[in-house]
Amino acid sequence: MTPKSRLHIPRPPARPGDAPDFSYLALSQAGAVARPDFTTPAREIENLAHELVRVLDDEGVANGEWDPELSKEQLIEALRLMVLTRQFDDRMQRVQRQGKISFYMQSLGEEAVSIGQGMALESGDMLFPSYRNQGLFILRNTSLVDLMCQCLSNTRDMCKGRQMPIMYHNRQANLFSVSGNLGTQYPQAVGWAMASAIKGEDHISASWVGDGSTAESDFHYALTFAAVYQAPVILNVVNNQWAISTFQGFAGGERRSFAARGLGLGIPGVRVDGNDLLAVYAVTEWAAQRARQGHGPTLIEHVTYRGGAHSTSDDPSRYRPKDEWDAFPLGDPVKRLKQHLVKAGHWSDEQQAELENEMKEVVLDAWKEAVTYGTMTEGPQLDMRIMFDDVYEEMPENLKRQREQLMELRGVKS
Amino acid sequence: MKQMNMIQAINSALDLVMDKDPSVIIFGEDVGYFGGVFRCTDGLQAKYGEHRVIDAPIAEGGIIGSAIGIGVNGLRPVVEIQFADYIYPGLDQIISELARLRYRSGGEYFSPVTVRAPCGGGIRGGQTHSQSPEALFTHLSGIKTVMPSTPYDAKGLLISSIESNDPVVFFEPKRIYNGPFDGDPNKPSIPWSKHPGGEVPEDYYSIPLGKATVVEEGDELSIITYGTMVHVAQAAVSNAGISADIIDIRSLVPLDIETLRLSVEKTGRCLIAHEASRFSGFGAELSATVQEECFWHLQAPIERVAGWETPYPHAFEWDYFPGQERIMAGIRKVMEAA
Repeated sequence: MTPKSRLHIPRPPARPGDAPDFSYLALSQAGAVARPDFTTPAREIENLAHELVRVLDDEGVANGEWDPELSKEQLIEALRLMVLTRQFDDRMQRVQRQGKISFYMQSLGEEAVSIGQGMALESGDMLFPSYRNQGLFILRNTSLVDLMCQCLSNTRDMCKGRQMPIMYHNRQANLFSVSGNLGTQYPQAVGWAMASAIKGEDHISASWVGDGSTAESDFHYALTFAAVYQAPVILNVVNNQWAISTFQGFAGGERRSFAARGLGLGIPGVRVDGNDLLAVYAVTEWAAQRARQGHGPTLIEHVTYRGGAHSTSDDPSRYRPKDEWDAFPLGDPVKRLKQHLVKAGHWSDEQQAELENEMKEVVLDAWKEAVTYGTMTEGPQLDMRIMFDDVYEEMPENLKRQREQLMELRGVKS
Repeated sequence: MKQMNMIQAINSALDLVMDKDPSVIIFGEDVGYFGGVFRCTDGLQAKYGEHRVIDAPIAEGGIIGSAIGIGVNGLRPVVEIQFADYIYPGLDQIISELARLRYRSGGEYFSPVTVRAPCGGGIRGGQTHSQSPEALFTHLSGIKTVMPSTPYDAKGLLISSIESNDPVVFFEPKRIYNGPFDGDPNKPSIPWSKHPGGEVPEDYYSIPLGKATVVEEGDELSIITYGTMVHVAQAAVSNAGISADIIDIRSLVPLDIETLRLSVEKTGRCLIAHEASRFSGFGAELSATVQEECFWHLQAPIERVAGWETPYPHAFEWDYFPGQERIMAGIRKVMEAA
């Protein structure tokens, strides 16, 4: 009998009740991958797309050529920002459960991606975040009150009540508006970088998608345009292993790394330990130098794990083992950076506990202030008239008329 | 004044705004070295350089997506989609991103992209080179939709579109690129030099978006139309020997309701004509608007003349196209009603 074709349905290595199994993850030893000069042509460094750049080993010691040799102050600041992000997420997750906000998405377990990358980039660089990059907003000093007010859709909401929670923006800090459509920001980031090159400026852009969204056409458009125009952009795939309930194999990750997606276009791909802040920082700095000095785009795959649910509307215990994160070989980025600082003699368990309490207080204080601007149900409410603003630069007649109709219905004099 | 066809008028508009504003760039398939398959960008790359008139990969979604980012970074992209029929890969970027960016970011971000796209049939283009998808865009909040019917209007409206900080989809009826077309494919073609709309100032001028123009005045009937159908309607009215207002709306969004209202209040009868399919076509919106604004002045049901509700058929182009005979039948119907 001649064999027949058979539809392949990718299956994750473990479902609820099974023992977690990460044997599919190709790992390299910390320090084992050489750091090429940033001017090296893509075809000479294809190994970077398949190996795994790691600096921190299991003992918390920094190894090899990719060690960015950050100062003690930088390391402590990175830890502070990651802890702050985690505490922020924790508070927002809880207030969602209390019904104070409609929806939330944590970045639990992925904090090193936003914090490590944000630190390695310059303030003039334009960032096109996905919905799990709240760390970038925190790192670029967006006030926590502003972030919370956005989630509350209250009178201080930067989005004027028009977007569901977590769709932040911060124009002054060069953070683009987060879209709920997946991957759409990717070609936009490439376009921004093209304009930077057209204008002869040295600002670069960066964007993020998850492993799941690499299947979107926008991902492929972005890579093609970035390669064609050698746009100064860093394109990141945050491979957290799960796109809601489908594991990364469903996005085509079973046979090749996501970092390798760029190789066919001559874009260097770098696969990095996304839970190792030092490695994330180093790889980003390398890619930024490349972009800034005219060597074009880089695709970075961050190997990490989605520690929480996809969103507050999701229940991961229905599709993956409850203890899967505990078994993830690359651990928890906060614990790993803390371990490194302790090992280096810069930090202690007591200081860590103090930091966590302090960040918890900072977040709680921000929350207390945020709700004074109103919640969906209590306190000051947004003026419904602003619903009609900003559709166009100037309000057209039809919208003026509709605004009047609404005011009349509600008995409000306009 | 100079005689220009619509291609030359569009080229002149692009040339003038590029000269005036160094942030304007052109981006699209074959627009650079070659000057566009319809020649609308001819000579512009040679004049303004490869960094301002940029050939793009064959990826409309990528072109529009990256143009949004280009616009956010302070440039003013004018995108050419080679045929309106090819715009669909870019729809998510237009609908979910371009149209709503200002709104969703609380007014902080915007991207002033103009998307130009040749549309309409009458060139033996079959179903993939003949469509009139304008109604799809008029349903979106945050984007303007424009379609000129003469070289003069094309130049003035395109300049306004590019200078608008709101995104604009600018449809160019390609059947009338080289001359007005009255719907009769068997007659020898007429060049724009024989039509007053082909007289175009060489200098800069603009026509505001949202202003209709009354191309012919009359008192028995109001014909509301746009694009190629303006010329078909003119020929039909002449053949029918009636006195009609022919209104070219020029801009679908924003829509000049006042001009429509004044005309229909005067005539009491209304016929709407467009090339796109009738069901859920823009004529439905026009008809509803006229009914809402002018119901007590109407002496007859509003009549719509449009493409059949089939895909655009290659072999049956002139059976599909809503030509003079269909408009005249429509005129008879609306005039005979009590």
